[in-house]
Amino acid sequence: MNVQQKLEILADAAKYDASCASSGAKRSGNGQGIGHSDGMGICHSYTPDGRCVSLLKILLTNFCTYDCVFCVNRVSSDIQRARFTPEEVANLTLDFYKRNYIEGLFLSSGIIQSPDYTMEQLIRVAKTLRTVHHFGGYIHLKAIPGASELLIKEAGLYADRLSANIELPTQQDLVQLAPEKKSAIIESTMSQIAVRKDEADEDRRKTRTAPKFAAAGQSTQMVVGATPASDRQILSTATHLYGQYKLRRIYYTGFSPYPAADARLPLKASPMMREHRLYQSDWLMRYYGFRADELTSDDAPDLSLTQDPKTTWAEAHPEFFPVDVNAAPRESLLRVPGIGYQNVERILSIRRYHRLLLEDLRKLHVRTKSVLPYLITGDHLPSLTTPATASASNTQLDLFAPISALTGSL
Amino acid sequence: MKRILLEPDFDAWREAAREALHAGYRPEDLDLQDATAPNTLELTLESSELPTGEPISDPHTSRAFLETAKFAAVHRDPQRWNLLYRVLYRLQMSRNLLKIETDPDISELLRLESQVQRDLHKMHAFVRFRKVLDQPHSPILSERPVVIDELVPIQTDPPTHHLVLETTTPFGTVKTDLEPCEPNSTNDATIDDCEHFIAWYQPDHRILPLAAPFFAERFSIMRWSILTPDASVSWDPTAKQLTFAPGLPRESAPAEDELEDLWRSYYASIYNPARLNPDMMRSEMPVRYWKNLPEISLLPELITKSQTRVTAMVTSQQQKSSAQPFVPPEHTLPVLRAALPSCKGCDLYLHATQVVPGTGASKATLMLVGEQPGDQEDLQGKPFVGPAGKLLDSIFEELGIDRTKVFVTNAVKHFKFVQRGKLRLHQNPRMSEITACRPWLLAEIDAVRPRVILCLGASASKSLLGGTFGLMRDHGKVLESPYASQVVATIHPSAILRARDKESGEQLQNFLRDDMALAWQTAQKSVRVPQNA
Repeated sequence: MNVQQKLEILADAAKYDASCASSGAKRSGNGQGIGHSDGMGICHSYTPDGRCVSLLKILLTNFCTYDCVFCVNRVSSDIQRARFTPEEVANLTLDFYKRNYIEGLFLSSGIIQSPDYTMEQLIRVAKTLRTVHHFGGYIHLKAIPGASELLIKEAGLYADRLSANIELPTQQDLVQLAPEKKSAIIESTMSQIAVRKDEADEDRRKTRTAPKFAAAGQSTQMVVGATPASDRQILSTATHLYGQYKLRRIYYTGFSPYPAADARLPLKASPMMREHRLYQSDWLMRYYGFRADELTSDDAPDLSLTQDPKTTWAEAHPEFFPVDVNAAPRESLLRVPGIGYQNVERILSIRRYHRLLLEDLRKLHVRTKSVLPYLITGDHLPSLTTPATASASNTQLDLFAPISALTGSL
Repeated sequence: MKRILLEPDFDAWREAAREALHAGYRPEDLDLQDATAPNTLELTLESSELPTGEPISDPHTSRAFLETAKFAAVHRDPQRWNLLYRVLYRLQMSRNLLKIETDPDISELLRLESQVQRDLHKMHAFVRFRKVLDQPHSPILSERPVVIDELVPIQTDPPTHHLVLETTTPFGTVKTDLEPCEPNSTNDATIDDCEHFIAWYQPDHRILPLAAPFFAERFSIMRWSILTPDASVSWDPTAKQLTFAPGLPRESAPAEDELEDLWRSYYASIYNPARLNPDMMRSEMPVRYWKNLPEISLLPELITKSQTRVTAMVTSQQQKSSAQPFVPPEHTLPVLRAALPSCKGCDLYLHATQVVPGTGASKATLMLVGEQPGDQEDLQGKPFVGPAGKLLDSIFEELGIDRTKVFVTNAVKHFKFVQRGKLRLHQNPRMSEITACRPWLLAEIDAVRPRVILCLGASASKSLLGGTFGLMRDHGKVLESPYASQVVATIHPSAILRARDKESGEQLQNFLRDDMALAWQTAQKSVRVPQNA
């Protein structure tokens, strides 16, 4: 099998992992090899599914001894198998990088022999790139749950980001669909990464030459829509993971059908809008000061597909509004639907010199239509009935519109 | 009004702006234009070119303004120099002006800045380097640029050579000078010091000088050039120096690269057709950038075939092969035996001679499950009658087990093989075939209700104990199972026949004998679970 055939099989096998960001790590050029990252992350292309192509995202091998129902590479799946040698991956990465196709490498793998053996293979690629070729680009390695702590420590020396996938939102889901994976083991790997990163950051505060450990931190991925877990459960798991292991990002991947899938899985893709709402909520929790339990309730455990979570919250809390754009504190402005966190910062800066009017908000590209019911400006005072009529018209119009707008289908 | 023509260069503007402030020009008194802009007919009839404001002897500026202005200055908007002067002039009176982003001048300035920033970001992303071939003319590649070593036309003594990049274009041959390259004697053979990469790119604004340092840092050990219609830049990795030169046409850069096919297959493989969303793609990667991207040639096919691929995936999952529809509801051996020949649950029935049902005692306490019938079994219609069956019989004899007291069957009921001349060579069944045939095995288990099941080999073990069962690790262990009180897994007799040497064959045979003895003893001891339990 030649490199091109392997690449086709092993890139195809990796496409269900959504984490492809190349941001968060600054690495200046080292003068001996190619590559640097400026911390911003760059998308070098986009595929027709709207996804960013930033890293060479491949598996080292799609042979796997595990039998996770939701995974295309499970041992019982009838797919073509292949395995790269570490040198092949290193050369492919360098060749693509030199032509400015990619920001670096995202390397994952099926579990072969044992978690430790698999982790060693992944580390070998990263080590070759960093020490032999002095590669300065971005490297994202999968941390194999259950691999030994020493290996995790070594991986972080070469990788900018490590990630151990939580796979499914709850422990019960894992028991059902991924019999070999245990959330306790996945979380202990996450915890090892978090602890080691804390130590390394601490060391670097004391001595600036101390080695970096996974400068871009760790992330994880959760498949949503493969099991009946509710958005409320998903968001509470997310809060737990962000709090406990200082994750940079959680990727929510809507389940989508793939070749040779297990009969226990749904045949239809989970709506892309659900994924979008989860990301919106995730942002609200990380940048806007919302708590997970504010965004859903026990009576309505799932996020609305037709309305963004911030508006849902605002409509349920009329007592909180209106908010005065010229006087309210940052925390209150962050809760107004239609104002993003960057605009909140701008407003706070501008209002020291200038009293804000509606026209000013328009210049900041604030969606004035959605803020009108909630905001007092120098020339506007909302009538108390506006939110009610707005919600009434919403329920009448929302038959297909927002979903079809995003997916292009009815 | 005084009209000043500027080189399109930020430093030239700074110089002019400083002088204008010193002289007391108000923004209305001044018109700053690019010297390269086409001359428009002068319609202003004002005679006065004199300043109307107060002279500012000690002009003030801030770092934040200069940072923003640096970006706005390379924008193609012809009014940018006037805008910058207006903002600078107003900054002299109100020092917090930049903070008020809603001010018309500031919001215009920030708009220019962010457009340039975006253009820069897209340039970092969408420049595509192509490697220059340095072998001399070859007939197939004559359309591609090549590096040649030619004599400098001016007479010198001794004659000097220089390297030229020669490109065939519709308008004749274009030649571009190259820095000579001395191969560096490093022991690292993977780095070719004299590789040369060239990209052609058309940015929206005049950003090449702002973009070049990014590439210099990123590809500091690589010899590269970026050509744009306005200007071009080359990087010398030994001197660590950027050299700017006039703009060049697209044809000066190579038209393709050997890696592009590989890149295209990566692009096609990483895309998920079940999530087609071309609008999202276009908003992030606008069409005007497409001309530089080799992967774009695949787009039409990828997009139009998405729906077909998804439908095919779903139907193949719905029509997953299974023997279930062919298994009769009544699970007794004669009924199953009668129904088996009609099975078309997977494609194996197409080539096999006949189906091979299990045989043995109908109330056996021990049931043996093999993998699939072999050549002899397929011809005779009975399980374990070929070489592996002979070996099994010898072990039965050794242990004093009467074969008629046990029930012998296979996980897959049809022979799978490849024809090699006259020989029919055994092929391992795929997981999907094992799964498809499972309903027959479960029905046989239900009919016989053995106390102990002995799985022979990996296929049978995977069928009954799950896809991750490790045979060499867990053989000979008495395991609990929903199918019988106990399940034991062991080596398949044909593994012994295929053993690479006598020693390992004997070892495997010992495993099989010991595990068989264990299974047989357990079957004698086990208390039969009441049928209605």
